Amino acid sequence: MTVARNKTILYALILAFTFISPFLFPDFGTQLATLWLMIIVALTWDMTGGQMGYNSLGNIFFYGTGMYVAALIAIGMVYDVGDYTNAAGGGIYEFTDLQYFGGLALGVLGAGLFCSITAVVIGYLTFGLRGPYFAIGTLGVAIAAGELVSNWDWAGGGQGIALPVYPGDLDTGKIFFYFLFAAVGVGTFLFAKWLYGTRFGAAINAIRDDEEKADAMGIHTLRYKLYTWAMAAFFVGMAGGISAFQLIHFEPLESAYQTINLGIFMVVCVLLGGKGTLWGPVIGAILFHVFKEVTWNYLLGWQWVALGALIVVTVVYFQDGVMGWLLHKRPEWFGIKVEKKVAEQAE
Amino acid sequence: MTAIIEVQGVSKSFGGVVANHDVTMSVNSGMITGLIGPNGSGKTTLFNSIVGYHPIDAGSIRFEGEEISRLPVQQIARRGLLRTFQQTRIYGAMNGVENMLISLPHRKMNIWDALKTYTREDYERADHLLEFVGLYEKRLLKSGDLSFGQQKLLEFAMALMNEPTCLLLDEPTAGINPTLINGLIDRLKRANTEFGITLFVIEHNMRVIMNMAETIYCLAHGELLAQGTPEEIQNDQSVIDAYLGAH
Ligand SMILES: Nc1ncnc2c1ncn2[C@@H]1O[C@H](COP(=O)(O)OP(=O)(O)O)[C@@H](O)[C@H]1O
Ligand SMILES: [Mg+2]
Repeated sequence: MTVARNKTILYALILAFTFISPFLFPDFGTQLATLWLMIIVALTWDMTGGQMGYNSLGNIFFYGTGMYVAALIAIGMVYDVGDYTNAAGGGIYEFTDLQYFGGLALGVLGAGLFCSITAVVIGYLTFGLRGPYFAIGTLGVAIAAGELVSNWDWAGGGQGIALPVYPGDLDTGKIFFYFLFAAVGVGTFLFAKWLYGTRFGAAINAIRDDEEKADAMGIHTLRYKLYTWAMAAFFVGMAGGISAFQLIHFEPLESAYQTINLGIFMVVCVLLGGKGTLWGPVIGAILFHVFKEVTWNYLLGWQWVALGALIVVTVVYFQDGVMGWLLHKRPEWFGIKVEKKVAEQAE
Repeated sequence: MTAIIEVQGVSKSFGGVVANHDVTMSVNSGMITGLIGPNGSGKTTLFNSIVGYHPIDAGSIRFEGEEISRLPVQQIARRGLLRTFQQTRIYGAMNGVENMLISLPHRKMNIWDALKTYTREDYERADHLLEFVGLYEKRLLKSGDLSFGQQKLLEFAMALMNEPTCLLLDEPTAGINPTLINGLIDRLKRANTEFGITLFVIEHNMRVIMNMAETIYCLAHGELLAQGTPEEIQNDQSVIDAYLGAH
């Protein structure tokens, strides 16, 4: 099968590029890491937004919470968290290599797990809402969480938290974080690819297309919605955890619960690339990230205007995104049979 | 003969409109039971009450001996009591096979089963049932592009895929090409005899229901007007009046 072989080659090329790109473009190490972050949050946003029909504006909650959980675990394993945050990175708190990497590993995993659990709890409360109400409800959760955490002195309050610096030279650190994000990104992609091929994947599509019918067929709609969000939250939480260590210092509103930045960007990525498709969020994240880097570098002062224009154009003229457009133009690429004529004749 | 569905004194109003008033009837296990009545007589409302689509104002509804009148739709469906919609609900963006696969009974799956890909048997069952309703040739077409009648057939096949114990069909022949109705009656009967599914059928077309059902109930203005065998119903003066009066 040549299609299968072409696909294998394509995947191999992408994987190879993933491995060599930080060495090919050493000056862009951090941007490439951020690109993977965008891919992760876009892919996971699409799990509920595109595949299940629940457009959350609150997924950033899992990113911010992941940051905090990872940081608090890593610090708490070695020091008293209250003392540590009080000193606000006074530099007296040393971490050995083992403490650093051990804290990072457990922190990131713990962040993923904790976010999964919170997704179930928040989902239980918000999945009764539909359409814009769900979007605003989840946004409210993220905003409220940011405010609560900024007033929580034990967790650093409005100052945020400063984590230890990567114990090695700066360039190795950049590559290290790049590969952490890339690993979670590839993991998220493979997970999504597998999930959408299962009965579960079909069931969440059914929820999106007609939830009442899905209920009437006895599908465990609420349970599946909770599971899906929990899966998405797991990856976002891990990404947040990694970001915490990559950024070294993070604040609750600017970096963790950044609703108007990353919280919106992830949605734009998905719309740009194509909702409800596996590759759409990836393509959208790449396009968006490039657009953002270019405008931020060359259109300084106007970058938000350019971004706003991009959002408007996408939403008004290009709702189905790149993948939706391809699906329409080249259905055969997606194995869709066009048998319109046959259908009409038989009528 | 055991009753699988027992409706006891069920009433349901929408604001000032009394859609069902003190309705009592039962559906026998393994049989085909008909529900007739003029437009607006409360047939669909009664179906909605049975499957938990809305709460009832009074009365009791039992399925397999257990009270279900306070259960939500999904839980009733998972007990094997399923309905099709008068206005037909299929997944228009998916093709026929996908519609069938999505209809696999999730009540028989735990989460680990759900996280598996469809098996060869799943596909074979889907194809078999699509063949059964005569849609095999169109199985790869986007279902939204099928005619209304074909969508009704697809919805019927989807219900069979779900392996219900009892199936409530709301006007299965409405909108179906008259030349195909005999074939459909035959398939409904076979679903009953071959798959052992109890059928409770709302039907506007008298000829159809007389051909199928062992017992028929007739509603008028939300109240039970008559019940009996097809012959009894056919010769019941109140039924004749209700139908004539409604036209
Ligand atoms: N959701 C609803 N809200 C308000 N009135 C309704 C609703 N559903 C049904 N009705 C009313 O209840 C009566 C019975 O309707 P229905 O059960 O659909 O009748 P049938 O299926 O026998 O044609 C009608 O007068 C109809 O207008
Ligand atoms: Mg009706």
